[in-house]
Order: sequence, then C-alpha cells, then structure tokens
Amino acid sequence: MDFNLTEDRRMLADTLNRFLADQYPVEHRNKVAYDAPFHDPAKWEQLAELGALFALAPEAAGGFGGTGFDISVVFEAMGRTLNPEPVLAALLASRLLSAADEDQEALLSGATKYAVGFTEIDAPYELDQIAAQAAAKGDGYTLSGRKSTVYGGHVADVILVAAQLNGKLALFEVKATDANITGYAMMEGGGAAEVLLDDTPARLLLADATAALQDAIDAGIVALCAEAVGAMDVTHAITVDYLKQRKQFGVPIGKFQVLQHRAVDMLTEIEQARSITIKAAAELGGNEASRYASMAKNMIGRAARLIAEEAIQMHGGIAMTWEYPVSHYAKRLVMIDPQLGDTDYHLSRIMAQLDAA
Amino acid sequence: MDLSYSAEDIAFRDEVRSFLADNMPKHISDTVRSGGDLTKAMMEEWHAILNSRGWLATIWPVEFGGPGWSPVQKHIFEEECCRAYAPRILPFGLSMLGPVLQKFGTKEQQDHYLPRILDGTDWWCQGYSEPGAGSDLANLKTRAVRDGDEWVINGQKTWTTLGQHADWIFCLCRTNPEAKAQEGISFILVDMKTPGIELRPIKLIEGGHEVNEVFFTDVRVPYGNLVGQENKGWTIAKYLLTHERTGIAGVGFSMQALEEVKALARKVRRNGKPLIQDPLFAARVAQAEIDLEAMKITNLRMLFKAQQQGAPGPETSILKIKGTVIHQELKDLARRALGPAAAPFPGHVTDGNLMFGPADSAHNAAQYFNYRKTSIYGGSNEIQRNILTKTMLEL
Ligand SMILES: Cc1cc2nc3c(=O)[nH]c(=O)nc-3n(C[C@H](O)[C@H](O)[C@H](O)COP(=O)(O)OP(=O)(O)OC[C@H]3O[C@@H](n4cnc5c(N)ncnc54)[C@H](O)[C@@H]3O)c2cc1C
Repeated sequence: MDFNLTEDRRMLADTLNRFLADQYPVEHRNKVAYDAPFHDPAKWEQLAELGALFALAPEAAGGFGGTGFDISVVFEAMGRTLNPEPVLAALLASRLLSAADEDQEALLSGATKYAVGFTEIDAPYELDQIAAQAAAKGDGYTLSGRKSTVYGGHVADVILVAAQLNGKLALFEVKATDANITGYAMMEGGGAAEVLLDDTPARLLLADATAALQDAIDAGIVALCAEAVGAMDVTHAITVDYLKQRKQFGVPIGKFQVLQHRAVDMLTEIEQARSITIKAAAELGGNEASRYASMAKNMIGRAARLIAEEAIQMHGGIAMTWEYPVSHYAKRLVMIDPQLGDTDYHLSRIMAQLDAA
Repeated sequence: MDLSYSAEDIAFRDEVRSFLADNMPKHISDTVRSGGDLTKAMMEEWHAILNSRGWLATIWPVEFGGPGWSPVQKHIFEEECCRAYAPRILPFGLSMLGPVLQKFGTKEQQDHYLPRILDGTDWWCQGYSEPGAGSDLANLKTRAVRDGDEWVINGQKTWTTLGQHADWIFCLCRTNPEAKAQEGISFILVDMKTPGIELRPIKLIEGGHEVNEVFFTDVRVPYGNLVGQENKGWTIAKYLLTHERTGIAGVGFSMQALEEVKALARKVRRNGKPLIQDPLFAARVAQAEIDLEAMKITNLRMLFKAQQQGAPGPETSILKIKGTVIHQELKDLARRALGPAAAPFPGHVTDGNLMFGPADSAHNAAQYFNYRKTSIYGGSNEIQRNILTKTMLEL
C-alpha cells in the first residue's frame, strides 16, 4: 500500500499548481470567470500545452494518463485556484470519445473544445429519464430536444449529445454551429449553456451509450470531488489564517474555543472527503466505480456545504464580500453539489444497494 | 393554556389581510416573490402606502404616530405582510432611530425627525460597524471632536446597509478616547450630504449592492446633532439592540420560504416524478416544517412573556439563532430543489423562453448565498450564544 503520488503525477501537480497560481491571480480569475466567454482563451491554450488535457486520457486514446488519480491530480489543482476553464467538459467528452473509439487528438491538444449534453430540465441527473429524441434522416440522424446546463457548452465547437434512438440511449456528435446555443455565466463563475436541438443534424457515435455515459459521469464525479477537496483545503487554510489575524475583544478570534473546535471539525470533514475521493479514484474504470463515485459525491456534497457555510460564518461580514476570495470558494463549493448528481441523488443510489446480498 | 387567537386578534388579522389584498402593488409583491432587487422607489412607495393607513411605525407609541398594537398584533401584522409578499419595512429609521429619539432625543429632535421618517423625507442608515469593530463594537475608532458649536468627524464606517439611498446616517463616534471603551462614545446624527463624506459600494457574494463603506474626512455637523448625553452613546446602542425584538425570529419570512419550497418541489421533476415525492427531499422539507412549527410557538411564547413583563428578555437571543438557521435551511432547500437549474448567474439568462424551471426561482442560488448574512449581522449567532451563556446559564 502506498498513498504517495507517483513521481510523474507529483510533477504534474507541481507544474499545474504553479501555472494556475501564477496565471490566475484572484482578480484575473474573477474577471474572466464572469465576463464572456467566462474563461481565458489564451490561457486555455497554455494549459493544454502543459498537458493538462492529455493527462485525462489513457495512452490508447493518445493521452498519458486517464486513471482516477491522473484526473484527481488535475482537478485538485483546478480547485485550489477556482479555475474556470472548461476542463470538466473535456474530460467527459474524452471518456465518451474513448468509448466510441474516436480520434481525440484535437480535444487533448485543446484545439477543439467539446462539451457533453445529457442533463435536461426534467432529468437533471438521471440517464434513464432523458427525453431528447434522435431520428434517422438520409444517411445520418437529426436530434430534437433541449439540453440544459451543458458545462462548457458556451464555448464548445462540438457537443456530444445523449438522445433516445430505437428505445436505447445513444450518443451523437453535433456541430455547435448547427445547434441553437445560449451561454451564460454560472453563479460561481465559469460558463454553461442551454442547447436547443430542433431537427439538428448529428453523427451517431454509439448506438447504446448508457455504459459509456455512466463511465463519463463517474470520471466527472472523481474530478468534481478532487476539485472540491482542493477548494476546501484552500478555504480552510484561509479561514484558519484569518482566525489568527482577526482581533476582536483584544484577542485573535482564534482564541475563542467555539471557533477552534469548528475549525477542527472542518478539517476532519475535509480529511474524510479526501479519503472517499481517493477511494472513488482508485475504483474508476472498475466494476464498482459507480458505487464509490456515488459515495464520494454524497460525502463531498455534505462536506463542501459545511466548509462553505462555516468559512463564511467564522469570518463574519468580510467573507460575504465579492472582494474576499472565500466568497468565491464558498460559491464553487456549494454549486458543485448539483453537478453530476447531488447529495440526495447519490445517497439514494447507495440506499438502493443496501439490501443487496 | 390556549393557543388560539382571540376574537379581536382574528378580526384584526382579517382587517390586515384585506387591506393588503387591496393595497399591495403587484409590481412590488412580484419583485419580492421572485427575490429580485427592490428599488428605492418601490420601498418608498410601500412605506407611503402603510403610512397613509397609520401602519408604518408599528412599534412606535401612539403619541408619536404608532398604531398602539400589542406584541401579538405586531406579530400578526408581520405574518400577514409576509403572506402578501410585502417588502420588509426598512428598520433603520423606523425600528432603530425612531425608538432612540423617543427615549433619548430632545423635544425638538423628536418634532423634527420623527415626522420625516414617517413621510419618507429622510432615509436613514446605520453607522455602527467599522473595519475593526464588528462583534466588538465598543472598539470603534471613528472620532468626533467638538469645535465650538460643531462636531468634526473623522474615520470610517462599514457594512452600511442601503447607505447609497440614505439622506442621513446615525453614527456611534468616539468622543472621549481617554475613557474606558464603552464610556467615551456618543450617538450623532449626520446629514449624508455634508462635505467630507465619501461612500464606496461593497459588492456582496452574490453580486448585489446593498452595503457600503462610508468615509468621514473633517465632516462638520452641528453640535445639536448629538442624541442623548455626550459620552453616553453606548447606553443608546445597547437600548437599540435589546429594544425591539418582535420580528427577530423572522417566522413570517420562513413561512413564506417554506411555501415557496413546497410549490417549487411540486413543479420540479426528479426520477420521473415531482420532487416533492422524493423521500429524501421530502424528509428535508418536513423537518424544516417541524422546526418552523415549533419556532412559531417559541416565538409566541416569548412575545407573550414580553407582553407580560413589559420588555423582552435575553432569551430572545434563542429566536435570533434558531430563526436564522431555519430560514437559511429553507433557502438552501429552494436552491437544492432546482438542481443544476440553479446554476445561472442572476440576470444572465434574460431570454424568458430559456428561463429554467419556474421563473420565480431565478434568484434561488443568489438568495441562498445572500442570506448567509443573517447569522452574522445584528449580533452574530456566536455573540447571541455568548449572551445566553452569560444571562441564562450564568456560566
Ligand atoms: C450584509 C450585512 C449588512 C450589514 N449592515 C450593517 C449596517 O447597516 N450597519 C452596521 O453598523 N453594521 C452592519 N453590518 C455589520 C454587522 O453587524 C457585523 O458584520 C457583525 O457585527 C459581525 O462583525 P464582523 O463582520 O466584523 O465579524 P467579527 O466580529 O470579526 O467576527 C468574526 C467571527 O468571530 C466570531 N466572534 C467574534 N467574537 C466572538 C466571541 N467573543 N466569541 C465567539 N465568537 C466570536 C463571530 O461570531 C464571527 O463568526 C452588516 C453586515 C453584513 C454582513
């Protein structure tokens, strides 16, 4: 047993942490995260050049990583600086392209941006409720329906869309220029889009895509959990630092035992969250990947809310301001919950397995 | 023991309800319902409507223009206002400065300022907190020095809610730096148009502008703007904090929030069914409803006790702690119910056709974040616990 990162991954982590900290100081991050296109296109290219996207795919697909631990290294670094680049979209798409045996050089080099559309308003988390429909037309297909909160959809060149075809959930490729796309900033910065499909031409990638979509979601969950761990770490560190600096009643507020204990409770939950994320990363790609992904996402949902709320409360008014970074960390931490299944959704998946032999 | 309202209370409730039904402007209640930004004009319009009925200064004694309601009637009024999606009455002039002037002000001050609060001539803001004086308010540094028949004020206030609309600010200033922290403070009224005042907006977590920093550089105001005695401002500050606690539990707002969550959970779908049928989500809502049902009675019990004793006791800190936590939980549920559709930054999805979920819910995430403030301001929930520890537990 060894809980250390391999040498390669440690180097990747160091490189990314340095690059992201240098290139996205808070003010710059907040500016690009909220002004269209809700990320920094020039830095996106540099990030890709560093190999951040190649790390997300296995060698067979042209990358140099693709395991749960490669993914968590990249996203923990993203979380530490609240990075708004559409890397989650690239990860989800890469998993699907791998499953479909499609070339993904353009994705991994950052040249072509992908996004994945499976979420719908009435099916925010559940693959089996997806309503978008595919129809055969000539040699190809057309799609109709609406995909909601498509992460990175606002800047994507290509959107991979899940739609019903002959009673199965199939996967299609749609050119962004063929769809009706409305982008917007998210509450915590970064972008997403509503994608309207109306007899939109599409290319079939997988006729039966449920397993591939589930794998993409599991990988995405590992990514989000690692991102949350990174963001929680930083939030906690800033909070503890503030407890030492801020004086009221003539003493640093960190001298008040009630705040000390709560800072310790935060630490405990972060360690638990880190552990379950490691477990989910280790299981990714295996038979029980979804089970551990669900456990991780449930625990992250609970921990991230606690860290966000306690960090604000223990700071007092200052953390309610846009200018103070903790407010942005708190927003990201809370808004990770409804991405790829929230606390309750994943709890119900674990509950459904309780009685199994 | 009898939990029911008296016949008079019920008649009163019906009277309030029908007044609100007839007079609540729809553009205002719609804004409140959707969690959108109330403009200055909307707040002034609503104050004027209540004032025309004599129901604006609900907590003022009759001789100053109050309606002379019992605590239970005040509670009924607040509950009905929430039911009708009326805006909160701004507290700064009506619940804070008004009672202070009534108790500590001179006859001239009362005659001059109180009618102007009622008719909306003066919009007040509260200048207590400073960067170094939050929970530890007595640590405030803003200095007021007497110069003949004037005060010269230098320093900084912060967190000044809606100061951008204000005509006047009431300030706690240090007037005797030699005395012990609490003993050298005075309560001074300052016209916001006085030269030397600079107001800078603070953007809040969800992007809104409701608080400000206010800087004072050689700001000169008449000596007569002092309220009460020089160096006795702390007494006034404390009076203000303990005086009026009827609405502190925010029961009406939580009832409003609970109804919104239920309505939303009936519309939103999860696993092919309305979300309200999801056992995990339903459990969260049911628990919040149970907490709120208990809080309604806790609130009434404390109101009743205050009515009997003539003044609220320290136990009302319980209302602040639990009341804010329940409301925050409900705001969390409203955000949670939307799932990913809570994602858009408010105002970014302007195309009505693209609005996700019920249009009323576009601000749910923003509101959840904004309402983290309620457990921080007005004496943080930690400070409330300290008060209870000392006064109730005597630890
Ligand atoms: C949205 C908003 C609006 C506001 N509006 C106004 C306004 O209009 N006018 C005005 O004057 N002020 C206003 N305030 C200021 C508000 O009253 C202060 O934020 C509050 O008093 C807390 O002070 P602080 O923010 O400096 O936090 P601090 O006092 O620095 O507290 C930081 C943390 O330490 C904790 N703490 C402090 N002392 C103790 C202790 N002894 N034991 C245990 N824990 C402790 C606090 O509970 C908190 O968790 C507003 C604040 C906000 C956020």
